[in-house]
Amino acid sequence: MKDEVENREDRVANLKGMGCSRKRVEDARFTQGKGNYVDDIKLDGMLFGDFVRSPYAHARIKSVDTAAALEVPGVLAVLTAADLEPLGLHWMPTLAGDKQMVLADGKVLFQGQEVAFVVAEDRYAAADGIELVEVEYEELPVIVDPFEALQSDVVLREDLVGEDGSLPDGAHGPRKHHNHIFTWEAGDKEPTEEVIANAEVVADESMYYHRTHPCPLETCGCVASMDKVNGKLTLWGTFQAPHAIRTVVSLISGIEEHNIRVISPDIGGGFGNKVGAYPGYVCSVVASIVTGKPVKWIEDRMDNLMTTAFARDYHMTGKISATKEGKITALQCHVTADHGGFDACADPTKFPAGFMNICTGSYDIPTAYLEVDGVYTNKAPGGVSYRCSFRVTEAVYFIERMIEVLAIELDMDAAELRRINFIKKEQFPYTAALGWEYDSGDYHTAWDKALTTVDYEGLRAEQAQRVEDFKAGKTRKLMGIGLSFFTEIVGAGPVKNCDILGLGMFDSCEIRIHPTGSAIARLGTISQGQGHATTFAQILASEIGLPADSITIEEGDTDTAPYGLGTYGSRSTPVAGAATAMAGRKIRAKAQMIAAYLLEVHDNDVEFDVDRFVVKGAPEKFKTMKEIAFAAYNQAIPGIEPGLEAVSYYDPPNMTYPFGAYVCVMDIDVDTGVPEIRRFYALDDCGTRINPMIIEGQVHGGLTEALAVALGQEIAYDDMGNVKTGTLMDFFLPTAWEVPNYETDFTVTPSPHHPIGAKGVGESPHVGGVPCFSNAVQDAFRPFGNRHTNMPHDHWRIWRTANELGLHD
Amino acid sequence: MIPAAFEYYRPQDMAGVLAILEEHGDDARVMAGGHSLIPMMKLRMAEVPHLIDLQDVGGMSGIEVGTDSIRIGAMVTQSDIIDDASLAAAAPILREAALQIADPQVRYMGTVGGNVANGDPGNDMPGLMQCLDARFTLVGADGERDVPARDFYEAAYMTAREDEEVLTAVTIPLPKGGYAYEKQKRKIGDYATAAAAVQITKEGDVCASAAIAMTNLSDTPVYSEAAGAALVGTALDDAALTAAAAAMLNDIDPTEDNRGPIAFKKHVAGVILRRAILRAWSRA
Ligand SMILES: Cc1cc2nc3c(=O)[nH]c(=O)nc-3n(C[C@H](O)[C@H](O)[C@H](O)COP(=O)(O)OP(=O)(O)OC[C@H]3O[C@@H](n4cnc5c(N)ncnc54)[C@H](O)[C@@H]3O)c2cc1C
Repeated sequence: MKDEVENREDRVANLKGMGCSRKRVEDARFTQGKGNYVDDIKLDGMLFGDFVRSPYAHARIKSVDTAAALEVPGVLAVLTAADLEPLGLHWMPTLAGDKQMVLADGKVLFQGQEVAFVVAEDRYAAADGIELVEVEYEELPVIVDPFEALQSDVVLREDLVGEDGSLPDGAHGPRKHHNHIFTWEAGDKEPTEEVIANAEVVADESMYYHRTHPCPLETCGCVASMDKVNGKLTLWGTFQAPHAIRTVVSLISGIEEHNIRVISPDIGGGFGNKVGAYPGYVCSVVASIVTGKPVKWIEDRMDNLMTTAFARDYHMTGKISATKEGKITALQCHVTADHGGFDACADPTKFPAGFMNICTGSYDIPTAYLEVDGVYTNKAPGGVSYRCSFRVTEAVYFIERMIEVLAIELDMDAAELRRINFIKKEQFPYTAALGWEYDSGDYHTAWDKALTTVDYEGLRAEQAQRVEDFKAGKTRKLMGIGLSFFTEIVGAGPVKNCDILGLGMFDSCEIRIHPTGSAIARLGTISQGQGHATTFAQILASEIGLPADSITIEEGDTDTAPYGLGTYGSRSTPVAGAATAMAGRKIRAKAQMIAAYLLEVHDNDVEFDVDRFVVKGAPEKFKTMKEIAFAAYNQAIPGIEPGLEAVSYYDPPNMTYPFGAYVCVMDIDVDTGVPEIRRFYALDDCGTRINPMIIEGQVHGGLTEALAVALGQEIAYDDMGNVKTGTLMDFFLPTAWEVPNYETDFTVTPSPHHPIGAKGVGESPHVGGVPCFSNAVQDAFRPFGNRHTNMPHDHWRIWRTANELGLHD
Repeated sequence: MIPAAFEYYRPQDMAGVLAILEEHGDDARVMAGGHSLIPMMKLRMAEVPHLIDLQDVGGMSGIEVGTDSIRIGAMVTQSDIIDDASLAAAAPILREAALQIADPQVRYMGTVGGNVANGDPGNDMPGLMQCLDARFTLVGADGERDVPARDFYEAAYMTAREDEEVLTAVTIPLPKGGYAYEKQKRKIGDYATAAAAVQITKEGDVCASAAIAMTNLSDTPVYSEAAGAALVGTALDDAALTAAAAAMLNDIDPTEDNRGPIAFKKHVAGVILRRAILRAWSRA
């Protein structure tokens, strides 16, 4: 068994452990079209279900006539709320403590709402059946504006108003109005108001972070298969949190949890869209129980964009105060949050506005206050964290815009304003005014590196020249320099304050080492393209000294994987990655005892070295992990059980706080509103870097989605509540053509509390990218008097900004 | 997104096509590349009980560059247009425009005939063909007839073609002088926010002729004779450009959509046209 390489450097390389740009093991199947997605699952006798959806945003349902649909050859059943009611399944709980109609119960609250579920032998018959279900609607007044909703007599949710007109408390306390969901506060109101009232300089601004959608390439879907003989329900689906789905299905269906198996196969992107539970899941399960056959439901693109979870829709108003020299003294923020017809946000229970209270950003702001009001409107439910931790993109956008506005108010350079307000390296761990304890950071170093690399001074000089040229009529293009410095808060989270539906947000890893020195590790998370099978094997390789190529990573099957809360909010590396390292260390501890036995020395006389245990002071005496693995299965070692396995459930002591410094240089055609991105520089500090290549890929992807959101991607409604952007013709998904070349860079500030110091990176680029692109647009117009304009900065809105500033005269 | 049930036909010759059209009237439709028609059927915005695939008919895939005209078969794809060297030499504006249509995948399927017959104001080739003063050849039970592109478009999806006729070819007088196809769009695969096709000839320093057509700024393509006329006889100074843009703005009638409000579209139309004219002039 001496086939391993002897040179230490070679032994390290051979492991492909942490720090190695190991190629993604997933890509062999993805690039050959050999992935196995939900829609690839085909079972004997499988039926297909699809929805009759409401064309109206607000209407009473007078009747549903299914007779003609049932005549269509191949249509087997049409479920309505009346069919689900006896089972108590016509409504379902949401992750936000509200409830949502599975099928329209007397009324509809948004366009595209599920009204009836047609079950047929194939999807073609289902589509024909849908056309023939006759629904009689009586239109009701539509409210798409949350401010109007809070004034209106129109009651959107009659189920939440007492018979006497009283307003029972919601899941998050008292409600102010029948269309109001909750008020959530953080920080100190009066002290903040007082500081602002007496401040030398105050900047205020209102901004709307528009509604958009995660739009994963693969839409949501599932296959439910109820085996009536053994009483087992198997549910394949596009679930970002398979275990949580199993528990929810058990709670609402009454099927015992051990009789439910939830499987997330390959998932084609999630970005938050696949965290929640949708009517399609419930209806598929019911249809499978009713028919005794497997039932598949898959959204089409319009269904996905119009009905399953959207993101943002935050109306934010802020005040920021400072001394004349630019030292920030206080921050105040109010949010009117449009949640649509049902509150189906996916946030930890105690955080109905997610981690919006990270909105003091990367700055040492002594006093702050945040208040969020959630509101019902006639729009689709959701409010998920699209490529960010819970509402962190909103928070970072808010503070990074407030900083720019304050810089204008102070007539100061925005880079300098950031620098003088950053939390200093020596202040960490730092407790922010709104409560979070930032674990670590070195913001000044990152900022200086970024500004030096892009030659910030030179860019400003060039921009000043451009403004001169523009005024002299020599050019019609303006130049914008977008800055952003962000701090993410990821890795939810400590069980003491983070749960979803009462389930603590720990995560898990279970490892089995096979006799010949290879291994399988199973986790409570689920990759949607992040490359878990690649990176988690690298963590383990470094921890247990077996090559990453000899380690299989498996996720997503609740019958085999340990319980975990899934993948979103950049939590996989901070939480499950930590569990992996900890489980690996348990393996190593037992391996140490075995090695000592084999080498006939005391446990304390051997030490770990890359892929082996060596006798201290006698490196020629060693046992490789491969040898130890074999011994675990073939030696009777006194006092040690056979086998080599470990499991770890990791409850993180704190969140992790990745950060970064981004700069975007943009040229804007004032006459057509067309922006051109000349340069984009992204410096990320995600702590310990497990796989630099995967990090770079994640940064590219997150930046591209940031570009999309900032420059055009939106879910827009007209006054009647019709979705205006329900197809990819109007909903902006950038292609290679629209995407610039990204320059990536890094600093490394390991997390002090994470076992390997890693912080998570998948969402950082989105969080930092959105304000960076937006600030570039806004900065181009700053010399002409622009303070703030709302995203998305598509051509006509950029043109409008130029027009309003008189640049077309 | 699944279309209503339909009957699929794949006739081998034009007589077969015409017979089915005759039998089913407006319940039948021909399909070329299908990249406009199939999406409409899937959205159930077009119901086509009888779908006639033109792929096997033959005789409509040629590009012939003659001494004074070019004949392009209806089934020539946008990708063929881009790849044909003799065409690129004789009428480079076709290649410049085709490269701005959709993306390579769509262009492999989308045909010239389908693009001009569709009648969607967003399609780029109708305006282009009006600029080039093309003629469309239509075949029906009563034989063949030619309709000038400039007379072909009546309203969105309404053209001079009868339901029982098939468009077989596009004939273009050999273009002369400088050209430009300028299109503003939000992203790859998008229809125009505004597009301008310009073909200009020059005598000495003076503009001898100018043909101008605009896309997606009305419910039909807009051939703006007045805009062209405003350039003729001038040296394309600023006053002439302004006059041309003003004349064009008189002829278009854009509506508000997700690309922007009317004022924006008019502004961009003016900017795009100026740029197209200047580029065409520089090549004249
Ligand atoms: C994502 C996407 C982006 C696009 N972007 C653009 C763009 O930017 N610019 C642009 O111009 N186009 C664009 N298109 C449209 C594309 O170029 C189409 O292929 C083209 O418009 C129609 O050609 P087709 O061969 O596909 O026609 P089909 O879809 O087959 O037919 C279109 C219509 O024309 C009729 N028809 C077709 N051929 C004939 C004929 N020979 N005689 C009589 N009637 C006929 C059909 O009955 C149908 O009504 C886009 C399409 C897609 C899917």
